[in-house]
Amino acid sequence: MVRSVPAGTRQLVSKDSISARGDLKLTRITKSYGDFTAVDDLTLTIPKGSFFALLGPSGCGKTTTLRMVAGLEEPTVGSIHLGDTDITTTRPYQRPINTVFQNYALFPHLTIFENIAFGLRRRGIKDVKEQVDKVLNLVELPHLAERKPTQLSGGQQQRIALARAIVNRPALLLLDEPLGALDLKLRRQMQIELKWIQREVGLTFVHVTHDQEEAMTMADTIAVMNEGKIEQMGTPADLYDNPKTAFVANFLGQSNLIKGKIEGSDGDNLVVDLFGQKISMPKSRSHAVDNSMYAGIRPEKFRISLVGTPVRGNSLTGGRIEDVSYIGVSTQYVVAMPWGQEVMVFEQNDDGVPPFDKGDEVNISWEPNFTFGLRGDEDIEAGTEVNPEELEEE
Amino acid sequence: MSLPKVRVPYLLLFPGFAFLFTFFILPIINLAQTSTQTPIAGGDTGQYEQTLAFSNYVQAFLDNKEQFGRSFLYATLATLFALAIAYPLAYAIAFKSGKFKNILLVLVVAPFFTSFLLRTIAWKQILGEEGFVVPGLRSLHIIGQQTTLTSTSFAVVAGMTYNFLPFMTLPLYASLERIDPRTIEAAGDLYANGITAFRRVTVPLSLPGVVAGTLLTFIPAAGDYVNAAILGSPNTKMIGNVIESRYFKIVDYPTAAALSFTLMAAILILVTLYIRKAGTEELV
Amino acid sequence: MTQKIKDASIPTIPFKARFSRWFGRNLLRIYMIFGFTYLFIPVAYTFAFSFNDSGKSNLIWKGFTLGNWQNPCGAPEVCNALGNSIKIGLLATTFSTILGTMIAFAIGRYHFKGRASSNLLIFLPMATPEIVLGASLLSLFLVFKINPGFWPTVIAHVMFCISFVVVTVKARIASLDPRLEQAAMDLYANELETFKRVTLPLVAPGIAGAALLAFSLSFDDFIITNFNSGTLITFPKFVYVAAARGIPAQANVIGSAMFFLALAIVIAGQLVNRKKTR
Repeated sequence: MVRSVPAGTRQLVSKDSISARGDLKLTRITKSYGDFTAVDDLTLTIPKGSFFALLGPSGCGKTTTLRMVAGLEEPTVGSIHLGDTDITTTRPYQRPINTVFQNYALFPHLTIFENIAFGLRRRGIKDVKEQVDKVLNLVELPHLAERKPTQLSGGQQQRIALARAIVNRPALLLLDEPLGALDLKLRRQMQIELKWIQREVGLTFVHVTHDQEEAMTMADTIAVMNEGKIEQMGTPADLYDNPKTAFVANFLGQSNLIKGKIEGSDGDNLVVDLFGQKISMPKSRSHAVDNSMYAGIRPEKFRISLVGTPVRGNSLTGGRIEDVSYIGVSTQYVVAMPWGQEVMVFEQNDDGVPPFDKGDEVNISWEPNFTFGLRGDEDIEAGTEVNPEELEEE
Repeated sequence: MSLPKVRVPYLLLFPGFAFLFTFFILPIINLAQTSTQTPIAGGDTGQYEQTLAFSNYVQAFLDNKEQFGRSFLYATLATLFALAIAYPLAYAIAFKSGKFKNILLVLVVAPFFTSFLLRTIAWKQILGEEGFVVPGLRSLHIIGQQTTLTSTSFAVVAGMTYNFLPFMTLPLYASLERIDPRTIEAAGDLYANGITAFRRVTVPLSLPGVVAGTLLTFIPAAGDYVNAAILGSPNTKMIGNVIESRYFKIVDYPTAAALSFTLMAAILILVTLYIRKAGTEELV
Repeated sequence: MTQKIKDASIPTIPFKARFSRWFGRNLLRIYMIFGFTYLFIPVAYTFAFSFNDSGKSNLIWKGFTLGNWQNPCGAPEVCNALGNSIKIGLLATTFSTILGTMIAFAIGRYHFKGRASSNLLIFLPMATPEIVLGASLLSLFLVFKINPGFWPTVIAHVMFCISFVVVTVKARIASLDPRLEQAAMDLYANELETFKRVTLPLVAPGIAGAALLAFSLSFDDFIITNFNSGTLITFPKFVYVAAARGIPAQANVIGSAMFFLALAIVIAGQLVNRKKTR
């Protein structure tokens, strides 16, 4: 906070940094604490009006990135621009950026009304009452204006924190794990509401979370962060269907990664040898750098068939069902492959009863277009041992 | 880092620390100097010169061994009694008082809004010859006809226990109150009976409060002389009484200074050892 | 135990178990009653004897009177002593609260070189017996030929109160969520406004508590005062000196009045707090 302010920042700041608008550009940002590098040479552009999510496990640097954008931390190296204005070293109160804090940070000594009016009053806005009433209506809590924060439920506090930020019409709204303290049901509801409010007010939202489902539900664009770097950025569908790294493949949903060797090509497809069995996949979906590769297939893309039944697309033979878990909409199978690996298969329960039993000899098959290829030197465990419920500390 | 920002904490500290330096550190240094002075030959009473007479310490200690011993014995006893009384009280307020918690907490502190001298004198009168306790106990033959309660070591220790009780209770309460009652339930769930759960979970978790409370009781108790003066007799004199009379009655500043310094050093050594010991026990 | 239903299918709890349960549940309550009685005996005694029609020496009960309460300054010197104690208390409270709060903010809010030794300097006066504090300060005054009296006593009180103020305010600052100040800055409040509108209001109860503590420590102090006040009489000194020949009942009146006053302040403070958080 107030401790580490660099020399003479104040006079370098143009008076209109507070009215800056436009895309947020982070250029080659690094943030180190002693030997520890929290954010490592990060470059990122967040387009105006988008709902952008920074997704990653605890300690990946996403919160540090957010705090640098908010002005609560200063990058060791690099610059931050909002539109054409350099805001790298401006104080938090000189930026048109507001934050919905983790655990909300509502002022306990002020009423809800005064909490929301806080930013307006500091900026000397005239029609405070009108604007606060309007935003209270937007979050559907106009009756709580005179209460104190401690008298509100978690969900209500969350909305007030949001109202307190958006009433200022910032160029950028930062959300730091905004739903982390809510229970699952409330979280789902708030996800939808946040998305709706973002469209309604038309602000740029930058959302930091460790919850992949939350990020996928709300964001237009997701940047997956790991160890201070962005692993991959794209739409939720992009990231899920065509992950570039084992970390992304494992952190967003589950993946089966099978060691293979690229044998050659066949038109637009690659021919890959997986433990002696040949499969094909689109060249465009391979991120391998040499002929060693991990072939990745999402569990729900696999189909199971008993030995002897005809199959379409790629197939692998010699499987044996090790475990069956029935979970309503689908059934999860663990299939042991002849080379010793166990793969995960999700089958929709279209026909009611799960058709396979433990011990059945089966083949698994899938559409070649669903395959993604990762570099052969990847750590296939990356991103799996992370506990997504763990809350991030700065 | 800009200079003005770095200066802020030092600017905030400066006035207070300048004050403490002048009126706490300097006096202690001055006290150390005084402690090795000897009377000026042929001078008036109260006139001393610096002769680096470290023998003052030896002499002062040898002359007052008994009072030193008594001070530390009484202070230790008063601390233990206060702990024994305050722990269940703090525990009850923290865990068993429900919505009365704040009221009870105020009640613990409330007696201390009455001047401690008035309360000490009240004890003296309650337990004295004219009070109702001694005649009552005598007529019930619980104590002998000649036995008195005041002017005894017992009275001095009891007075100190009473007077320093809130210094014990409040830190104990603070650390007990922080304990999540579910940890105690978890101990029960894991086959610990009430006593074991208390010994293995509650006590270790409240240890910071025990350490703070015992220090806050022991330190003032060891230097106290008011309880001994009001509730005791010449046979219960503590080192505080000696220092006081050396200053005011005998005007022997070097001896008083040497005694003060010895007392302070002894307390600091004991406190350091104690904090070390408590610290390691906490880790075990 | 109000209804006795005889139904063999409901297992009855044996009496011994019931008793030990009752005892276990209520042991601490019984203990609390004894504990509070012990704490309040001398207070009750002091209060009761403030109504004693005792004349000079308030040792034996001689009859009920309201005279002492109607004329609390009736005994010689007692109100003079009280006045001195209040004056010293207010001055010591003001200075020690200001100095101590500044130190508490420095230690609680900033990381700087010498923070650990600062903490030590705050701890030391609390770890030094009062008699050493009082005696050493007196020696210093004597060296500089300053006569003990009113201002030396104020200085002595400020000195021993500072540490307690620092500890109390620091605890409050430590319990403050740093995100609240960050939120204020995020909402366009500069450093000064953040301090004025968020930090200070939130730390204020801690400062008020520290001031109350400082006043009660100063008001009740005897040992350090005895060394540095010379011929000046404070209330505790008055009581100590008078004890030899018997304390006038007016002292009991003042002691009891202070008790009720302080109790009222604390309860009012709690009510205000409760209202604020509601």
